[in-house]
Amino acid sequence: MTRSFIARNPSVLWFLLALSVFTVLVTLLSEVTGVGLVSTSFVKTLGKTLCLCLIAIAMDVVWGYCGILSLGHFAFFGLGGYAIGMWLMYARTELIVLDSLAKAPLPPTEQEVVDAIAGQIFGVVGSAEFPLLWAFAHSLTLQLLMVVLVPGLLALVFGWLAFRSRVTGVYLSILTQAMTLALSLYLFQNDSGLRGNNGLSGLQNLPGLDAVPQSVISIAFFWASAIALGLGYVLFAWVVSGKMGSVIRAIRDNEARVRFLGYHVESYKLFVFTLTAIVAAIAGALYYPQAGIINPAEIAPIASIYLAVWVAIGGRGRLYGAVIGAAFVSLLSSWFTGGSAPAVNLGFYTINWTDWWLVLLGLSFVAVTLFFPKGIGGLFDLIVLKPVADRQGDYGPDKGAWRKEEGEP
Amino acid sequence: MIIRLVCCALAICLGLSGAQAQTNAAPLQSVLQANADAVANPSRGTVDGLVAALLAADLPTVPVFLERWRDRAVYLRASDGLFYYATQVEGGYALTDVDSGADLGRVAAAEMTELRPNAGVRRVIGSALVAFQLLDDDPARRMAALDAIDRSPAEDQLEPLRLSIADEADPLLKARKIRLERLLAARFGETAEVRIAAIESLRGDLGVDARAVLNLILSTTPAVFAELPSDRNIAAVLEPGSDALSEAEAYARLVEADLAPPLTGVAAIRDALIAAIADGQVAGIPVASLTTDAAREAAYEALAATGVVPPLVTLEDQAAALAAHHFVLLYAEPDPAITAAAEETLEAISLKVNLNQTADLALDGLSLASIYFLAAIGLAITFGVMGVINMAHGEFIMMGAYTGYVVQLFIPDYTLSLIVALPLAFAVTFGAGVAMERLVIRWLYHRPLETLLATFGISIALQQLAKNIFGTQARPLTSPEWLSGTLTFNEVVSISMIRVAIFVLALIFLGLLIYILKRTRLGLEVRAVTQNPGMAASMGINPDRINMLTFGLGSGIAGIAGVAIGLYAKVTSEMGSEYIVQSFMTVVVGGVGNVWGTLAGATLIGFLQKGIEFFNPSNTLAAQTYMILFIILFIQFRPKGIIALKGRAAGD
Repeated sequence: MTRSFIARNPSVLWFLLALSVFTVLVTLLSEVTGVGLVSTSFVKTLGKTLCLCLIAIAMDVVWGYCGILSLGHFAFFGLGGYAIGMWLMYARTELIVLDSLAKAPLPPTEQEVVDAIAGQIFGVVGSAEFPLLWAFAHSLTLQLLMVVLVPGLLALVFGWLAFRSRVTGVYLSILTQAMTLALSLYLFQNDSGLRGNNGLSGLQNLPGLDAVPQSVISIAFFWASAIALGLGYVLFAWVVSGKMGSVIRAIRDNEARVRFLGYHVESYKLFVFTLTAIVAAIAGALYYPQAGIINPAEIAPIASIYLAVWVAIGGRGRLYGAVIGAAFVSLLSSWFTGGSAPAVNLGFYTINWTDWWLVLLGLSFVAVTLFFPKGIGGLFDLIVLKPVADRQGDYGPDKGAWRKEEGEP
Repeated sequence: MIIRLVCCALAICLGLSGAQAQTNAAPLQSVLQANADAVANPSRGTVDGLVAALLAADLPTVPVFLERWRDRAVYLRASDGLFYYATQVEGGYALTDVDSGADLGRVAAAEMTELRPNAGVRRVIGSALVAFQLLDDDPARRMAALDAIDRSPAEDQLEPLRLSIADEADPLLKARKIRLERLLAARFGETAEVRIAAIESLRGDLGVDARAVLNLILSTTPAVFAELPSDRNIAAVLEPGSDALSEAEAYARLVEADLAPPLTGVAAIRDALIAAIADGQVAGIPVASLTTDAAREAAYEALAATGVVPPLVTLEDQAAALAAHHFVLLYAEPDPAITAAAEETLEAISLKVNLNQTADLALDGLSLASIYFLAAIGLAITFGVMGVINMAHGEFIMMGAYTGYVVQLFIPDYTLSLIVALPLAFAVTFGAGVAMERLVIRWLYHRPLETLLATFGISIALQQLAKNIFGTQARPLTSPEWLSGTLTFNEVVSISMIRVAIFVLALIFLGLLIYILKRTRLGLEVRAVTQNPGMAASMGINPDRINMLTFGLGSGIAGIAGVAIGLYAKVTSEMGSEYIVQSFMTVVVGGVGNVWGTLAGATLIGFLQKGIEFFNPSNTLAAQTYMILFIILFIQFRPKGIIALKGRAAGD
């Protein structure tokens, strides 16, 4: 145990190297800082993809390492987005309102300013007053705190309730799915205080930075997302290595035995669940300013299931697998649904990929689950060429345990 | 003056002589001629006398005349001054005699003048007609007359209605006449006793119109008095600052009644200040400093001191003005005895209405529960009994619904198509379920999380496939005629037949499934395999076959549920995903592993959702949110569901 953290986790170094090379490459190819081969919108797409990779490694830790198949992590992602979106929208509207009130004959009172902002923001849902939820929206610091606190607290309370009553396996999955469904249904209401199904929009316009072109902002966010992803990767690599990592993986494979060994299983699970929720929220807070709009449909249960799909296709239980899965599937998905994939003419029928992509994704997902449980990440095992472990059966009796085929060779 | 009198007398003489000549042959024409001016140029002032004269004449032809008159089919011929019925034909009018109805041939359009009674006159004619129609031989016309009264009740309809009751032969119509008479009497009865008796007879009447009449009697208007009057029928005295009347509202009423000076609001202050800006100053105060409400008020008071604007109304002034006045609600009805009786009767009615609404709500809850039960019962087998998570269950429901739609394309008769669609839907989804079990699920037994994800993959593929085949718009699945009606118990409690059918279908499935699981060889083997596949296999049961059949059965039931759900909701490719989470929760809440649990879960969720919707009727989204929160909490306290299996059957 004297070996350093990096030596025990060579993938961290490789990953950080790859990420840096990628980031620098994109920067050099972008419109402002480079030769202009990569358009601003594609830089945004790449930045968003990095955020999705960040939530994917969070998902991988909670599912691939701890065995909790959470179908609700996109709820935390969305909450993070809403938290930052509230400040972005408030601050930007405030600037606009101050600008227009400056022309009024009387200087505006504070109340008038607030009322005008509320009218601007909530006019679309037929209201003109700030709900209590927006109490901190005027302050960037407080709202950044909310990015971490709100999803963190929600995860803490939800996890505490679920884990202490020993809800495990499929039940927990359904419960987390119910949580995100409840949240999205709640946000869909007009009187939820977050503009109902209109959501928050115009988030790509940073307040006070109107003069800065989007091409610069997109690169800045791209870098921020890359740094967040790098930090998140190191953080999670640290969490899942060492003694704590062993306990977490043991919980995945055989929870009862870990409990009998004297570990407080619930605390470990709660820690992992809450930590991943917070990272998911940070990823969301970086994602939505690049996307420009957030609405409750983003946190519908289906989004969280897709998250699990990415991780499974990338290969669960290895952090780089999650990153590869998220990047690969989400980029491929936008390529297919964006209409840029060439249609296949079969003579009697033309396969239009915008229509058939989901069918392909669904079926390939089934195939991955059935035949390649290691996912894309498993390809690296072919390169590394470790000795094949002689193992009978799965890693443990638990529902989320690693399967025999998933183990490192 | 004298000339006018002479003219009048002449006119009367002429009229009389004309009338005399025609009295025997044409009684109606003669009555009309006697009131020729009122017929030709009807007005609100003359029409009552004319209608009275027509009624007094007591002729069988009068109702027809009134009707035609109202419908502007009566014409005056200029040449002889007689009235005719006429219909417009090519190049003129076809005339009909008002008395005999004989065809009088055609005349040129220029000869005839159309009589155009205005809306007010036509209303009077209409109510006079009602009196005739109430006694008409045709029950349909009598019903139409009652409908007319129902639509616009008036005081003068009461008497004819009463007169018509005794001779009414049709018992249904008679009952309706009696009820209408009560409703009219409650509002327009001659004496207070009659009205109170009518009001009290409405006790227990669930009709909306009865409540409307009572509410009309109890209608109030707000008023302000310095001293409480003793001769007015006061409904309530409102204290300013209470829930019923806030202080701001109360003061606004005083302002409205000119009993107090208007408040100077924030906006008014701002406007006044803006108007008074001069050289960047208001009353000597620089404009730039007016950034708080307090500063603006101070500036306004400085303005008021110069006399440019009226002074601010202070809080003390407001309080004093409110204290000096009484705010009351006045009944429009002056007689307190009548309002008291109406109040009491309305209370009795609303108690009964509430009871019935509860019953209606229970019925709604039951129907929703049976829909959830139908959607979830297939899952109760695949998930509950076999422990297999099938996220594509919702898509099996959708497949069943689309099967029904396709069958309807080929078989236009809705009843027959339904009879064909139900077994066909079962067959299709049974096949799909068996195929899925063979190809995917059997490789993933004991790996529920992987099953969940793999079946989710199938679910999105199937959904998109359905979208590609059937398009994104909703497809109709029309229910047969005998299912499209409503089962009505009374004015409040009713339920559509389709929901009754779904309830019955759910009951049938419950019985069928219990029977299969508990009484048949298959059921025995299913239970054996789910409890201990190894032991079952050594007893000669083929677990593979049983698993396949069980999964097929669960999927097939989802298909039938799809037809039933498609009948009352639209068939879309997303209809399955709307039910999947609810279905899982139904099974989980009820308790995994038995059908009774699913029933309990569906009942709980159905009633709960309807109950929450009742408290917040405009917002089904909120109802769903709160319901899911409730379920999450519920699972905390009963993780194994309502009906938890015990002992060996519980498996782990």
